[in-house]
Amino acid sequence: MDKLINDFSVGLFFWQSLVFILLIVLLRKFAWKPILDAVNEREESIEGALKAAEQAREEMKSLQANNEAVLKEAREERERILKEARDMKNKMIAEAKDAAAAEADKTIASAKAAIEAEKTAAIAALKNHAAALSIDVAEKILGQELSAENKQTAMIGKIIEDMKFN
Amino acid sequence: MPNSMRSNFTVLIALAGFLFFTPSTYAQGENHEEIQHEQAHHEDAGHSEASGEKDIKGVIKETIEHHLADSYEFHITEGVGFPLPVILVDGGLKVFLSSAFHHGGVATVNGAHYKVNHGKIYKTDAAGTIAYDDHHHPTNEKPLDLSITKNVFMILVMAIFMFFLFRGVAKTYQTSLAPKKAGRFLEPIIIYVRDEIAIPNIGEKHYKKYMSYLLTVFFFIWFLNLVGMTPLGVNVTGNIAITFSLALMTFIITQVSGKKDYWMHIFWMPGVPVLIRPVLAVIELIGLFVKPFSLMIRLYANMLAGHVVIMSILGLIFIFSSWIAAVPFSFLTLFLSVLELLVAALQAYIFTMLTSLYFGAAVEEHEHH
Repeated sequence: MDKLINDFSVGLFFWQSLVFILLIVLLRKFAWKPILDAVNEREESIEGALKAAEQAREEMKSLQANNEAVLKEAREERERILKEARDMKNKMIAEAKDAAAAEADKTIASAKAAIEAEKTAAIAALKNHAAALSIDVAEKILGQELSAENKQTAMIGKIIEDMKFN
Repeated sequence: MPNSMRSNFTVLIALAGFLFFTPSTYAQGENHEEIQHEQAHHEDAGHSEASGEKDIKGVIKETIEHHLADSYEFHITEGVGFPLPVILVDGGLKVFLSSAFHHGGVATVNGAHYKVNHGKIYKTDAAGTIAYDDHHHPTNEKPLDLSITKNVFMILVMAIFMFFLFRGVAKTYQTSLAPKKAGRFLEPIIIYVRDEIAIPNIGEKHYKKYMSYLLTVFFFIWFLNLVGMTPLGVNVTGNIAITFSLALMTFIITQVSGKKDYWMHIFWMPGVPVLIRPVLAVIELIGLFVKPFSLMIRLYANMLAGHVVIMSILGLIFIFSSWIAAVPFSFLTLFLSVLELLVAALQAYIFTMLTSLYFGAAVEEHEHH
C-alpha cells in the first residue's frame, strides 16, 4: 500500500483524466455515434428487407390460395351449370313427353268421341233407313189392310216408339 | 502535425508488432543496452547510492524498475530518444525540457533548482542536495508536477491515434453501410462490446448512453496494453494513477446514474428483516468503494505483473549467462508474451465488462412486491 501511494503520480492522474474525458467527448461525436448509428441503420435495413421478403412470401402464399379458391369456385360453378342444364334437359324431355302423351290422349279421346258420334249417327241413320225400309215393307204388306191413311200413321208411330225404347 | 504523428505511430506499431515475434534476439540486445545505459545513467547522475560494483541481480532489478517506472524523457535505446517537457507548478507555472536535468542532474529555472530522485522531482539547491529521513525518504519539498512524462506522452499519442483511427472508420460509413478498411476488423469488436458486454449487463433500455464510455475505455485499455507489449518500454496501464483515474470515472458515472432502486438496495435493502438492514447497508457501502478499487488494482496488478515476469525471465538469461539457458528462457519469454497478448485483451474486456455490470446495477429497476 505504501508503494502504491508512493507510486501514485498526480501529474499522470491529471493528464490521464483530462485526455481521457476529452477523448470520450471527441470520439462520441466523431466516431461512436456515427459508427453505431450506421450499424443500427444497417441492421434495421436488413431486418426491414427480411420482413419485406417474408411479407412478399406471405402475399404470394395468400395469392396462391386465392387462385386455388377461385379455381375451385369456377369448377363448382361449371358443375352446377352442367347439372342445371342436365336437369333442365330432363325436365324438358319429361314435359315434352307429358305434353305429347296428353295431346295423343286428347286426339284419341276426340277420335273416340267422333267415332262414337259417327257410330250413333250411323246407327240412327241405319235405324231411319231400317224404319223406312220397314215402312216400305209394311206399306206393301199392309197396303191392302190399312187403307186409311190415319190409321197407318198411328200404327207406324207406335211401332217406331217401341223400337226406340229398345 | 497530428497526421504525420499518426502515420509515424502506425509505422511504429507495425514495427513493434513485427519485432514482437522475434523477441529472443531483439529483447536480449535491448536488455543488454538498457543495462549498459542504466549503469551509465547512474554514474552520470551521480547517484547517491554506491555506484561501484553491482552484482548482476541488482542491475536486473534496477532495469526492471526503470522499465516499469515513468520517465521524464522518451528513451528508446542507447542514444535514441528525446526529452519531454517538464511542467511544474511551484509559485507559478514552470515549463522546461527534461534535457535540463542532464547538466549535473540539477535543472535551474528562474533561480529555483530541481532534481530528479527515484523518478520524482524535488526542489533542491544549486548543489543538488537531497535530505533523507529515517525511512530513507527524501524530505525536500515536492512541487506539483504536471510534466508530460513518457506515460503522458503515450496517452496523448494513443488518444490522437484512436481519434483518427475511429473517425476514419466512422467516415467510411458515409459512403456505404458495410464496413471498410480498419472498420472490417474493428466493427465486429464494437458490436461485440455492444451486444455481449453492454446490452446483457445494462439492458436494452439504458445501454445507449454508456456506449461511448465503454467503447473508449475498452479500446484505450486494450491498445495501451498492446503498446506495453512492444519493446518501447511503456507501461501505461500498469500504472496506478492511470487505473485509478479510469476506476474513478466508472465510480462517478455509476453513482451519478444510480436510480432510486440502486440507493434503496444499498441503504435499506428490501426483502430482508429490518434489523439486518443497517448491517447490510454498512457492507453495501463498503462494497460501493471496493468495486472500483478492485477495478483499479486488477488492471494495475495484471499489467505490472506481466511486465515483471517477462523481464525477470529475460533477466535469468543474464544471470545464467549461458547459451544453454538463453534458448529455453527465450522460448519461455515468447510463450509468456503470447499469454500477455491474451491478457491485454482479457483485461480490457474484464474492465469494460465489470464497468457495465456496475452501470447495470445502478440503472436497474426492480419489481417490488
